[in-house]
Amino acid sequence: MTEPGKSEMRWQRKDLLGIRELSAEEIVFILDTAEAFKEVGTREIKKVPALRGKTLVNFFVEPSTRTRTSFEIAAIRLSADVINISAGSSSLTKGETLKDTAKILEANHADLIVLRHSSAGAPQFLAERLTSSIINAGDGAHEHPTQALLDLYTIRQRKGAVAGLHVVIIGDILFSRVARSNIFALLKLGARVTLVGPSTLVPREFEKLGVAVSYDIDEVLPSADVVNLLRIQHERQRKEYFPGIGEYIRLFGLTKERAKLLKPDCLIMHPGPINRGVELDSDLADGAQSVILEQVTNGLAVRMAVLYLCGGISA
Amino acid sequence: MLEAEAIGRALRRIAHEIVERNPELGSVILAGIPSRGVEIARRLAGIIESLRQIRVPTGVIDVSMHRDDVGTRAELPRMQASHLPLPLENKTVIIIDDVFFTGRTARAAMDAISSFGRPARIQLAALIDRGHRELPIRVDYVGKNLPTAPGERVRLRLENVDGEPDAVWVVKEKT
Repeated sequence: MTEPGKSEMRWQRKDLLGIRELSAEEIVFILDTAEAFKEVGTREIKKVPALRGKTLVNFFVEPSTRTRTSFEIAAIRLSADVINISAGSSSLTKGETLKDTAKILEANHADLIVLRHSSAGAPQFLAERLTSSIINAGDGAHEHPTQALLDLYTIRQRKGAVAGLHVVIIGDILFSRVARSNIFALLKLGARVTLVGPSTLVPREFEKLGVAVSYDIDEVLPSADVVNLLRIQHERQRKEYFPGIGEYIRLFGLTKERAKLLKPDCLIMHPGPINRGVELDSDLADGAQSVILEQVTNGLAVRMAVLYLCGGISA
Repeated sequence: MLEAEAIGRALRRIAHEIVERNPELGSVILAGIPSRGVEIARRLAGIIESLRQIRVPTGVIDVSMHRDDVGTRAELPRMQASHLPLPLENKTVIIIDDVFFTGRTARAAMDAISSFGRPARIQLAALIDRGHRELPIRVDYVGKNLPTAPGERVRLRLENVDGEPDAVWVVKEKT
């Protein structure tokens, strides 16, 4: 082996807490690494020894099936041993603090902790106190970095590049960690971002981040290269924020009629789970422009890359 | 230590030996280890084609995720997607590395190749053999033996990868 050029970047982070603190170069580094891990999925043996001997704890204080499963498969393909802990089965329900639970995980030699938590900042709290690698799998309304990374990976794969594209994010932006992480990532890689939704859920304050805000979806759709539809989160909507399902569909739902405004090569994305017929028409979700299932497959490669990079350096 | 002409000679020697030892050239695949092994594989394929009028397929085998020191380094380099012309059954896969040193990269490469399938045989070629093996692995084709001290580093520069003329030299490791 010889030395690569000095300008060549190398990965040095043990934690992935959010997109905000990453440089554009680091984001591209993760996407490139994910490219290599995507290839592993095409091999006869889809498992590599990279994290052999490491233990990963999927610590999901807030319920999630798809993200937890994706992390679990990713870890298994990297040869790590995986333990799943969910809110109901953890001592948190017995009043143990997050810090104490985490200390116990570390004392049990958890090398990586994938944390989903309802409080913003919980992953950072742990990262500052533990030597284990902490991967944020969604913290409150703060960030969901691996979702943004898999969205960017999918966009880059389909469009060749992210820079210069017009990406429209539609729905509940205010409470969405997916939207926040996507906004940071897209802007860092040079995309133009427009947020669309009810003014209660898409306040003008977002413009300070460097994005455009619009309340007229029909005006925005014709110039979109990508539309990313966020799930309307019934379970956490308070009535004062939300106009009601019927009115939401009428004003902001991506219906078949409205989809005619899109460019033929505009990608339709959704982080899932989809409310079919609410934010997105059911046929469109399964249609030619939809890349929703590719997002899931790419998520596996992106999470393998993140686990490999953060778990693969010595603390 | 070595300049462009000597590197060219070393590559031609490797190509000749590959041709001699593999009468069934049609079943040979050259798998380069990024980044310079890939360029060396490409050049070897070109030389072999000029010798025998057969275009030997080339591939990329990145060994990063098969290394035995994951978790012990403070930083990780960029990796490349592996790509091998499939299937490998009944094929001879020749691993192409730039500098053969401890043997750990070659071991990782063999491990990686086996996840793609089961080739009839795996061989190993390196432009430079600098010695200091740490594993019971030997190299089948060597361009140039370059005895070194453990504290030294062999540097290789290849046009098309580094944008400067081919050269090999030995430097003292910085501490």
